[in-house]
Amino acid sequence: MTRHTDKEYEAELRDLRETILVMAGRCEEMIENSIRALVDRDSDLANKTIAADHTVNRDELRIDELCFLILAKRQPVASDLRFITQALKMANEMERISDLAVNISERALLLNKEPQLKPYIDVPRMKELVQKMVRNAIDAFVSGEVDKAYEVIKQDDEVDALYQAITRELLKVMTRDIEAVERGIHIQSVAKFLERMADHSENLAEQVIFMIKGKDVRNTDLPESDAS
Amino acid sequence: MTAAAKISVVGLDAWYGTHQVLRRINMAVQDRRVTAIIGPSGCGKSTFIRTLNRMHELVDGGIVKGQVLYDGEDIYDKSVDPVLLRRRVGMVFQKPNPFPTMSVRENVLAGLRLTSALKRSDADMVVERALRQAALWEEVKEVLDKPGSSLSGGQQQRLCIARALAVEPDVILMDEPCSALDPIATARIEDLIHSLKENYAIVIVTHNMQQAARVSDETGFFLMGELVEFSDTNKIFTSPKDQRTEEYITGKFG
Repeated sequence: MTRHTDKEYEAELRDLRETILVMAGRCEEMIENSIRALVDRDSDLANKTIAADHTVNRDELRIDELCFLILAKRQPVASDLRFITQALKMANEMERISDLAVNISERALLLNKEPQLKPYIDVPRMKELVQKMVRNAIDAFVSGEVDKAYEVIKQDDEVDALYQAITRELLKVMTRDIEAVERGIHIQSVAKFLERMADHSENLAEQVIFMIKGKDVRNTDLPESDAS
Repeated sequence: MTAAAKISVVGLDAWYGTHQVLRRINMAVQDRRVTAIIGPSGCGKSTFIRTLNRMHELVDGGIVKGQVLYDGEDIYDKSVDPVLLRRRVGMVFQKPNPFPTMSVRENVLAGLRLTSALKRSDADMVVERALRQAALWEEVKEVLDKPGSSLSGGQQQRLCIARALAVEPDVILMDEPCSALDPIATARIEDLIHSLKENYAIVIVTHNMQQAARVSDETGFFLMGELVEFSDTNKIFTSPKDQRTEEYITGKFG
């Protein structure tokens, strides 16, 4: 990879890139811990996850600040411009993902106070997929391998299918047993939060594709007139 | 690219003696558009615009091969008078170069005086029209008889643009017209370029890439005598096709 002649600019871009990677790592950890807090009925871990959100929020502020300064000082163009504009968006997506991990942890705290409704099978599967999506999007961001980002977009369909399966199954349980409704609603919410994390991961992948290729792949399923 | 180009450059080569400075350039300059030429020092961009009004051949050892079609006619054809051509294809240089002993008025008229005699009333009209077009009239209308060199740098550059406009060209070539100007004078010239675009084809060579991005519709990137990429300016500055363009505009060169 060719470097910028201006070493200070190069260092600013590297700082931004590293901050994004650190933030992505924290995000992934929060996804992991929020679901583990639920599956292992570990309320301490749920509380720790809630507290960690604040670090991710700080990462977002830091990324915004770095981008803002680079825009003001460097007037980036071409791939640099695509990087900066998408970095701003990526930070926002990751912040939303960590908020959702907080939401899951809050539901875990409530559910951990009640007897377990049923073994968690599809929820951890969904979590695995969402983590993979975030990881693939970030891998594509690091390596420039656009195929990995396209894979993320496909994986979102798998997450949606699992979400629907979970919802259907919970409906069955709740219609049979009124005592199960409150816990059922919480678990359904967890599935919904995971499904929304996947949507944010898909956005991340779209942003990475734009960064690499300069091609906007958002809403490409829309008719031409709406998409333009 | 579909409309007939004002200037079409076809397979253009240029030399200084035995040193080749341009290789197989193909490019179309559209009417009422601004075409920017960017590239590192020594890439051939200044030579290139000098081939568009036959100024390159004025340099010792300056040789041109290939075609430059102006409204479809080859300007290097034997029948073409270079002096008349340069009235149609005017030029503004890097450093404002008003004739120092001439008044503001005489500077504007300098190009016309070379080729025709003018009545006083016609001359006044030409002076006012050209200075208005160059967005300078309001600032100099009271000092028309003062030396051109008494104006500020930015005003002098607009005076040179007025001088180029006075002979009623079709095309204006600008070779780094703002490199000696402060940001405010630069903004005035850029604003002027936007309004001149309504009537002229403009080709601007610039070292300032942000300027190319701001003022032009199309941008060509030259490197070592070759036209590496020529495309819509928005495209060049957001996602250029060629890796060398990318590296140059993002500051990853040398």
